[in-house]
Amino acid sequence: MSGIALSLLDLEADAPVCFEAEDYQRRPGKWCAGCGDFGALNAVKRLLAKEQLQPERMVFVSGIGCSSRFPHYVNAYGFHGIHGRALPVATGIKLARPELDVFVVTGDGDCTSIGAGHWIHATRYNANMVVLLLDNNIYGLTKNQTSPTTPQGYSSMTSPHGSVLPALDPLQATLGVSNASFVAQTADWVPVHLYATLQAAYEHPGFSFVRILQRCPKFTPDVFEQQIKDPNTTELLVHEDGVDPPGLEKLFKARRVHDPKNIDDARSLARRTDMLRLGVFFRDDSLPVYDEVRAVPPMTPQEKINRLNKVFERYAV
Amino acid sequence: MSKTAKKETKIVEVSEHTVEIITNSGEGAQKCAQIFGQTCAKMGNGVWTVEIIPAEIEPPHHTVTSTSGNIIRFGTGKITNWGDQSKLAIAFNEQVLLSRHRLDSLDDNCIILQESMWETHEDEQIRKVYEEAMEEMSSKNYRFISVPIEEEALKIVDNPSHGKNMFALGMLAEIYQRDLSIIENQIAHIFRFKSQKVIDLNIELVKSGMAWARANLDFQFDLPSEPLEEERLVMNGNQACALGAIAAGMEMCAMYPITPATSVSHELAEIIEDFGGIVHQAEDEIAAAGVAIGASYAGKVALTVTSGPGMALKTEFLALAIMIEVPLVVLDVQRGGPSTGLPTKVEQSDLLSSLYGQPGDAPRVVIAPRSIEECFHSMVTARRIAETFRTVVIVLTDANLATGVQQFTRPELDIRWQQGPIDQSPVPEGLRPYEWDAKTGMSRRIIPGARGGQHTVTGLAHDEFSLVSYHPSSNERGMRMRSRKLAVFQSTLMPPEIHGETEGDLLVVGWGSTQGAIEEAVDRARAEGRKVSTCQLTFLSPLEPGLKDIFSKFDKVMTVEINYSDTVGDPYITEETRRYGQLAWLLRAHTLVDIDCWTSCPGQPLRPRDIYNSIVAKLDQPVKLERGAAV
Repeated sequence: MSGIALSLLDLEADAPVCFEAEDYQRRPGKWCAGCGDFGALNAVKRLLAKEQLQPERMVFVSGIGCSSRFPHYVNAYGFHGIHGRALPVATGIKLARPELDVFVVTGDGDCTSIGAGHWIHATRYNANMVVLLLDNNIYGLTKNQTSPTTPQGYSSMTSPHGSVLPALDPLQATLGVSNASFVAQTADWVPVHLYATLQAAYEHPGFSFVRILQRCPKFTPDVFEQQIKDPNTTELLVHEDGVDPPGLEKLFKARRVHDPKNIDDARSLARRTDMLRLGVFFRDDSLPVYDEVRAVPPMTPQEKINRLNKVFERYAV
Repeated sequence: MSKTAKKETKIVEVSEHTVEIITNSGEGAQKCAQIFGQTCAKMGNGVWTVEIIPAEIEPPHHTVTSTSGNIIRFGTGKITNWGDQSKLAIAFNEQVLLSRHRLDSLDDNCIILQESMWETHEDEQIRKVYEEAMEEMSSKNYRFISVPIEEEALKIVDNPSHGKNMFALGMLAEIYQRDLSIIENQIAHIFRFKSQKVIDLNIELVKSGMAWARANLDFQFDLPSEPLEEERLVMNGNQACALGAIAAGMEMCAMYPITPATSVSHELAEIIEDFGGIVHQAEDEIAAAGVAIGASYAGKVALTVTSGPGMALKTEFLALAIMIEVPLVVLDVQRGGPSTGLPTKVEQSDLLSSLYGQPGDAPRVVIAPRSIEECFHSMVTARRIAETFRTVVIVLTDANLATGVQQFTRPELDIRWQQGPIDQSPVPEGLRPYEWDAKTGMSRRIIPGARGGQHTVTGLAHDEFSLVSYHPSSNERGMRMRSRKLAVFQSTLMPPEIHGETEGDLLVVGWGSTQGAIEEAVDRARAEGRKVSTCQLTFLSPLEPGLKDIFSKFDKVMTVEINYSDTVGDPYITEETRRYGQLAWLLRAHTLVDIDCWTSCPGQPLRPRDIYNSIVAKLDQPVKLERGAAV
């Protein structure tokens, strides 16, 4: 996301000179101790402070689930709606008020299951917003049911003998949609990378889809155990057009220079299961952005009346 | 079939007439009827037209299910409904005609101008089905006139499917002595995106139809018109809703294609960008509601347009909008249900689901325009109510209004109908997002962008700070405040007007699109001295005030609706098991008056004749003196 909101901000003479990250926290998050959602919230707060965004010019939209409580904790306008439907609401907000910064916070159930239809189409609309998929591989709020991203074999209350199907991969799915313009993956246990990825997502003009891998301390505490214990199982995708946060070179030895313009490489990397990959898989800033291509010049009420009277002539007897 | 040897032309004066143009789907009946109807309107006649459309785009030709057509009722005075039966029909083949015969749509003495080629067709099978159809129709006293429609059209165009309709229009123009210059202008308008050659060919076809009729028909009708004293517009209900939405300043219409509502978005899509707005075709009905709610939350009053199945899908979102008090206008162009039902046909079956169609208590406003003129104004009204009371307003029209064409007084546009600038004034410190007025439940709407107003709306139970709250008294307060707004709105309404005396033997109560047909039926009964009156409701939630008082002045009260109700006396159906028409359910609960209903769901508008018969039957029924005992 970029552009308009910042330039308006410059004009706000009476705007406070400086927001600290903590100024963006409205109230403490009420997630379980150890929940990855805290890490996402902290990264977002840092981003907002870095960009000095006016709290009243942002809307955080969510659906239902643990992750969807996010807007309650941010000092901004928030829309905590219904299950799976954050993206249409966010699209409507952006169409009506392109100057507002819109963030969508969703979970693996909310986005990739009940909201999957909207996910595909919102990706294609490519409206200018940042989408955080807080993916903990499980339904947490309803207490431990298998989600589309639950690993095969992992047991839950609804799959006591283990999930029977291979997990749905949100990256591959998003990369398969026409007009997808920004697809990235990061993880809550690498906060530096998480922050850098959100920064890149915010700067991208279009629909920035960020999958944030995280654990649910109650129901999936061990899903990324191997990756957390052994950084050598993780490969960072680095590029000047993607992310390459400083300070991670020592921890993550496996680094791959991946040009995010290359959709074929992006899809191929997303398909591979040999290592966990974090980074910007795909980014194209030149694709049509829905709220831009649908923008129409505003019309004054009097102009509208004059024009409607002309339209009436077609029907006059 | 009689061949007319041209005798002297007899001119018959009539005050109104009903004409049907019946064709295969794809043969242009709608264009023919559209031009004819517009011409009649421009000449000062009252007009009502009804489309006969199959649900498929082009079903197999020359079958009873391929019928596409149009009914045009026009008269010297105002015409408010499609009337009883057609007096004249033009049929492109006998099978489509047969479908109309079977629906009892044609007057016993209907004049039928019928394509002549099938009777003598070289294909034996075609001749056979022709003869069988004619045999079936011989039970009526129709006057068949054989017309070489295709042969005549082929003299001018290569493809008769693109010419017969204009030849038919020419015959109608001659029979009803229509003004050719008006027809020519209409053709030029309808084909404005085509070449001049297309326009010229169509006019030539009309002239050839006129010439044929002049040379071969021995009758004409004289249908006088009264000079227009005011400027009028003529359009269908969907067009009226679309233009009404523009007049109301709506800048966002989010929709998903669904018959019979889609043409509202066609109309809007053509013009709304000239008014600073857009039509967003969403990926599904749910998303259409979501986009509209998002836009409305962000400060633009938005519209979503749908029909019954789409309403079902939007349910959860509508409840959310009510819960978070975001204004939203929903247009439901009702069709036959349940499920996919009758996609192209009329029914009034979404009333109760519009009022109650979601889990939990979610009070909203439901209004039903009664005419095409009210379709236009209903959008302005709906937007005003939605914004003032921060709630959802459902506008219920139906396929009858959607495709019916009528003229109405040209609206005087008012700048106050338009949306002013979005309120972005800073929110005073301490102002709560739901600063409910304890008496009215109303509160200031805080729109994103307003400094100091940051809060998170939520579909969860919440307090006036918009904080999630599961506290018992907080939940009850929220319920009370949302409900109270409806009562406050109701206090601004007037009791419904009574058509007829304010007391009598029977009051017929209708809602929405049936007004014209009910009033015509009631007038017919009153002309015979029967003490019957009618009132037509337009506000269904909240109901208009004073209903119980009004009903108490009549011995009997009966609703007339286009939906299903059981008939006492049918197997298993008793006073105890009987299910009522939807308005009847509502009014019985609301007034505790023993209200009867006469309903019908034939997939077509009600006919005054049938309503009249139901009125007579109800008047002749003994009055119940006490519960369960009839005199």
